[in-house]
Amino acid sequence: MYPSSFEYARAATVAEAITMLSSDEDAKVLAGGHSLIPLMKLRLASPSMLVDIGRISDLSYVRKDGDQIAIGALTRHRDLETSELLAREVPVLSRVAGQIGDPSVRHAGTIGGSTAHGDGAADLPAALLALGATMVVQGPSGNRTVPAAEFFKGFLETALAPDEILTEIRVPTGFSKFGFQKFNRRAQDWAIVGVVAVRSDRTNVSFINMGPTPLRASAVEERLAAGASVEEAASVADEGTSPSADINASVDYRRHLARVLVQRALSELG
Amino acid sequence: MRVELTVNGQNKAADVEPRTLLVHLLREDFGMTGTNVGCDTSSCGACTVLLDGESVKSCTVLAAQADGRSVTTIEGLASADGTLHPLQRAFQENHALQCGYCTPGMVMVSMSILAENDTLDEATVREGLEGNLCRCTGYHNIVKAVLAAKEEMGAEL
Repeated sequence: MYPSSFEYARAATVAEAITMLSSDEDAKVLAGGHSLIPLMKLRLASPSMLVDIGRISDLSYVRKDGDQIAIGALTRHRDLETSELLAREVPVLSRVAGQIGDPSVRHAGTIGGSTAHGDGAADLPAALLALGATMVVQGPSGNRTVPAAEFFKGFLETALAPDEILTEIRVPTGFSKFGFQKFNRRAQDWAIVGVVAVRSDRTNVSFINMGPTPLRASAVEERLAAGASVEEAASVADEGTSPSADINASVDYRRHLARVLVQRALSELG
Repeated sequence: MRVELTVNGQNKAADVEPRTLLVHLLREDFGMTGTNVGCDTSSCGACTVLLDGESVKSCTVLAAQADGRSVTTIEGLASADGTLHPLQRAFQENHALQCGYCTPGMVMVSMSILAENDTLDEATVREGLEGNLCRCTGYHNIVKAVLAAKEEMGAEL
């Protein structure tokens, strides 16, 4: 399989990439390519132009910035998995990144690519939502920031305009405890349902693959904040979700998994 | 577009369409058919090669993305005189292949596993092979071969 034809342009800087994107409204950004190229091979996406930002060297980093960790958009899953700083400060991201796809996929896929793709079935977007991350976005008129809660808009739809690029993801430190449950049939598969729970002075919980976007488990968070037990909170976990049915699971089965996996993830918090 | 890259230490170049995948560049433009196409959906790992020393699935990498970089394929492991790489020898000695279709990918991802781990245990090897499928289900001997290669090579990689 090969994608339909497109023009290819390689950007040396973010500014150059934005200029290229502005020149063609059907252009798409190429980073590691591990979300976009499969879609293009299946002809589910046929951009007229790919703007390759993969060589912009100053977009790959994990560094501490006050009480936040700043992660460059081109940081690969493998780099997240092996970052000592991240393992210390935001351990949930190391764990989640280390379970994406398989090692060869993690050598190519990037946090910015996965986030900008905005797949409700992907692991990192849900983790960033639970952490209350902030997306740093650059466009023709400069930088703006978008909270994770406002970033994921719909099925494969984000707050990014066609001529904007996600350049950095900022995650708060302080969520030292976490639970991560990814339920799948084979190790490299997407989660049939996944749950990310993180705790600082509060507990945030999010879902993978319980709707068209990553979702906060609001019902669970509210019950926990009101002093409910893990069992009580988990029993309402699927409230407010809208899972779909596919070859792996029915809607009811996903709702059941949500309740079971929330209980397991909360139990991991100790 | 013009792509220029290093394949198994040799400079290579080709004029390709931007949509050309790395695996097709290798197989069709360079005639290096050791790298197989299996699922063509980045699930099976048959097309695994090393890109700047790290395993990737070459069915999901554009030739353009490999421009200016270094690729290692299964053809690049044995010496010019035909002496097998210790990892290839370990595959042979441990009967780590049956039909052989997954083998080039298995060997190349194992190169990455060996390079990334100073010490290896069975669980690490199994996790490292997660993205490579053997439909003969010959995993057990593949794991044994990778461990045997590590034993022989030590920290050489």
